[in-house]
Amino acid sequence: MSFIKSKFRHPRLPVNDLGLTYRDYEGALSTLCAGCGHDSITSAIIQACHELSIQPSEVAKLSGIGCSSKAPNYFLNKSHGFNSVHGRMPSVATGANLANQELLYLAMSGDGDSASIGFGQFAHVVRRQLNMVYMVANNGVYGLTKGQLAATADKGVKNKAGELSLFTDIDLCVMALQLGASFVARSFSGDKQQLVPLIKAAMSHKGFAFIDIISPCVTFNNHVGSTRSYDYVHDHITTAAVVDFVPIKTEITSGYHSGESEDVCLHDGSIMRIQKLTDSYDSTNASQAIMEIEQQKQQGKILTGLFYLEPTASDFHEINNTNDTPLNKLTQDALCPGNRVLAGINDSFR
Amino acid sequence: MTKNTVNSDVPAQGKMQEKSPEKSPKKAPDNAIVNEFVVRFANTNGTGSASANNMFAKAILRMGIPVSAKNIFPSNIQGMPTWYEVRISEKNYLGRRGGKSEMLVAMNAQSINDDITSVKSGGYLLYDSSRTLFDSQIRADINYLGVPISNICLKEYSDPRQRQLFKNVVYVGALAALLSMDFTLLKGLVRDQFKGKEKLITPNIYALELGYQYANEHFICPLAIHVESRDLINKRILVDGNTAIGLGAVFGGATVTGWYPITPSTSVIEKFASYCQRLRIDPASGKKNYAIVQVEDELAAIGVAIGAGWNGARAFTATSGPGISLMTEFLGLAYFTEIPFVLINVQRAGPSTGMPTRTQQADIIACAYASHGDTKQILLFPDSPHECFELGAQAFDIADQLQTPVIIMSDLDLGMNDHLSEEFVWQDDKAFQKGKVLSAQQLDEVEVFGRYLDVDGDGICYRTLPGTHTEKGAYFNRGTSRNHFAGYTEKSADYVDNMDRLTKKFINAINYLPEPEIQKGKKSAQLGLIFFGTTSHPIMEAIEQLKEHGLSVDTLRIKAFPFHQSIEQFIEEYSFNNKQIFVIEQNRDAQMKSLLVNELQIDPNKLASILNFDGLPITSHFIVQAVLAQLTANQAQQKTG
Ligand SMILES: Cc1ncc(C[n+]2csc(CCOP(=O)(O)OP(=O)(O)O)c2C)c(N)n1
Ligand code: SF4
Ligand SMILES: [Mg+2]
Repeated sequence: MSFIKSKFRHPRLPVNDLGLTYRDYEGALSTLCAGCGHDSITSAIIQACHELSIQPSEVAKLSGIGCSSKAPNYFLNKSHGFNSVHGRMPSVATGANLANQELLYLAMSGDGDSASIGFGQFAHVVRRQLNMVYMVANNGVYGLTKGQLAATADKGVKNKAGELSLFTDIDLCVMALQLGASFVARSFSGDKQQLVPLIKAAMSHKGFAFIDIISPCVTFNNHVGSTRSYDYVHDHITTAAVVDFVPIKTEITSGYHSGESEDVCLHDGSIMRIQKLTDSYDSTNASQAIMEIEQQKQQGKILTGLFYLEPTASDFHEINNTNDTPLNKLTQDALCPGNRVLAGINDSFR
Repeated sequence: MTKNTVNSDVPAQGKMQEKSPEKSPKKAPDNAIVNEFVVRFANTNGTGSASANNMFAKAILRMGIPVSAKNIFPSNIQGMPTWYEVRISEKNYLGRRGGKSEMLVAMNAQSINDDITSVKSGGYLLYDSSRTLFDSQIRADINYLGVPISNICLKEYSDPRQRQLFKNVVYVGALAALLSMDFTLLKGLVRDQFKGKEKLITPNIYALELGYQYANEHFICPLAIHVESRDLINKRILVDGNTAIGLGAVFGGATVTGWYPITPSTSVIEKFASYCQRLRIDPASGKKNYAIVQVEDELAAIGVAIGAGWNGARAFTATSGPGISLMTEFLGLAYFTEIPFVLINVQRAGPSTGMPTRTQQADIIACAYASHGDTKQILLFPDSPHECFELGAQAFDIADQLQTPVIIMSDLDLGMNDHLSEEFVWQDDKAFQKGKVLSAQQLDEVEVFGRYLDVDGDGICYRTLPGTHTEKGAYFNRGTSRNHFAGYTEKSADYVDNMDRLTKKFINAINYLPEPEIQKGKKSAQLGLIFFGTTSHPIMEAIEQLKEHGLSVDTLRIKAFPFHQSIEQFIEEYSFNNKQIFVIEQNRDAQMKSLLVNELQIDPNKLASILNFDGLPITSHFIVQAVLAQLTANQAQQKTG
């Protein structure tokens, strides 16, 4: 069931540059379990969009199937959304983006959705450099089908039912780095301070932006022994680099204050202020990022933060050399060559 | 080696002996067969024969004689037997006739024994006499035309690739003399074909002349079977269906395609791409007014089409049997969420890889009911390149108007073989029909917007595109059941209401689809033939042959599913009069008959089936024999019963 929220608007709710309040970015009432990490992602997205003054109707929300893929229904009511089939959202996103490159494509998937049934589609949408934000809510299990192990579950852990994860786990950030994503980050649904700026930066980035968000499943994977429980993640999280996102003409300060900081200008003129938390970190070196992730993992740590950024990456449409006018707005005149041309073509078959 | 003709079906003209040119008869023999025969080329694939054979067919076309060509090829890149069958028919019988051929060009040592048996009694075998034939390869009732093709090429060319390639051109030259083809015209064709590669023109013409001269010097030319120029082509063109669909998609305004290669559908996309490169570059910016992505599999191919269709671009993909299977989950989603796009299924023989380079019409049920749950899909059945072009464009209007996938059911024969077809036509004043899509202004005007509100009562609701309006029109598109406002619900009544509306829409779809083509004589005929797609090609010839057996025939060609009322009427009329109706199709399981029986609730006994599923295009012989056999069986039953 989804519910319609009350239309009441508190007069003192802060408005953004578009005159919109936080509530203008909300969606239907969530039907996920109380405490589900995915709901925190939802509110981080709402906050990010509100703070960036994104026009909701200029966003297209996409998802596959799973608890996580339901989330787009719970934010941005005024955006169109497409809840597709299990694991195949990347292709739908591709088609949608090819049709109209002017919208902001916000995609939400689960670890079952992207690392198992949709692993192939995930890999290929990364390769295609589609300009989109691709978020995976990583809980190590299939929430919606009641707690089976996901391919992201660490080898050797047990799920709530006691089933052991026997095979190598897949790290989607490592995959994204290898396949050429131009923005790769990992975060934790329980750390809004880190997550919101990352989402904002990802939305301002042109190219394929991937965020793997550890998002505990309170119902099926929050037990002692799980490596995706709130407690475990809190205790084992470490950060490569945090980002502050500085929209065009705005100055903000980050909550984190350690290490060096580096400003990266994004294509729209906004600035990403990256603060290194480990000395070895280099935001422009994908293979080093992979090594760092793996080294931390060997030490039992979960590395989060921004892993990689290529601020001047090309997206699919630049590579394809697509017309700047979106394909779905081209008129018949531009598309149909007409009868005179056809006469010549007929002659080529005589 | 030459032979006299004995007991032949084909009139021969005496001895195929070496002769001096001055003895060459200027006039064809009286018992000649002119412009009404089959030439079959037996080649090895990968030897470059295709373009020479094609040149032969095209030369016949340019002589104004109706012609069709069938490429019978293996799923292999090099070294396997391949055949090319050219039917020349001034009666316009351009389907396959069946039976043996009047002329066989035997260029493949691997298949030559079988090839020799496939020559009609009294017919001709043109072979490479560089190697002598075995005694077992000599039939007393056919004529042998030995041309030392390999030796000629060995002598004339030093490059091994050229020695191979020009063999093909040499036999076309020999045929030109033997069949009395217009040699000047043939040479002109070479010039046309190699436009831009001028260096190739002279050697190709030289090879033609080598064959031409040899035949003229060694045989009495022309043979009893030969061609004479006519003016019977009018405005027709010789082209394959895949080219036509690809071009149709350009004219129909398609901009987005995701695809994955599979024979025999690949060239649909390849042709679309090459026409786009020519015709779809924005003149001001030089940028593309289209996007084509070769994706990871067919699941992604259809996903791309659906995503683009949802977002308001005209999108399509093309595939064949195995790809259709992979696409079925998404087809259910698109049906249920009502997203327009076009899917082109160039059918091949299955199941699984089946015979991937052979033709069939065996995905009818798989496509009509594609996907789990209660689903029904719109199908279109073109039968010619002309219709492939027309429907290839119109399918986008239909999909947009009905907000649902439209599947064009072509097949390998239609898609990959050249067919003589009415030329492509386009009306410049005909606007694209985009269906019920609300603009920002219209959204302002409507009081309430519900994505699944049946405002007009025709089952077709209004949709909105992302980014249209800041306040109104957004909805969450999903495969789960929903109410009129696209809100999630599992209430039984809401689900049933939605499914009933989809049924209503499907019934209404008939108004948007091409009607069947019905041909009736003045008097009610004894037989009714129902068919679709390429099965129509040999029908005209079959009807004539049935007439010779004293049988009159009415026909109905199905062009779309859901079925138009007139199909039911046609069947009723016949069964009421207790006459015989045949459903002719190219699959084993009588799939179209099943669909007719199921959808129209017809007594299955009213429809007899004629089923060809050997992977080769159905022939008129096959149809006639099947009809006669059935009628004989009926009579026998009546006697005993
Ligand atoms: C083709 C197909 N197979 C299986 C399912 C059943 N199914 C629904 S959600 C899901 C797993 C979802 O897991 P994940 O993506 O991790 O999302 P979560 O619920 O954990 O957020 C499965 C297997 C389906 N909907 N479609
Ligand atoms: S089952 Fe798990 S993932 Fe699904 S809603 Fe509940 S807590 Fe979230
Ligand atoms: Mg999961």
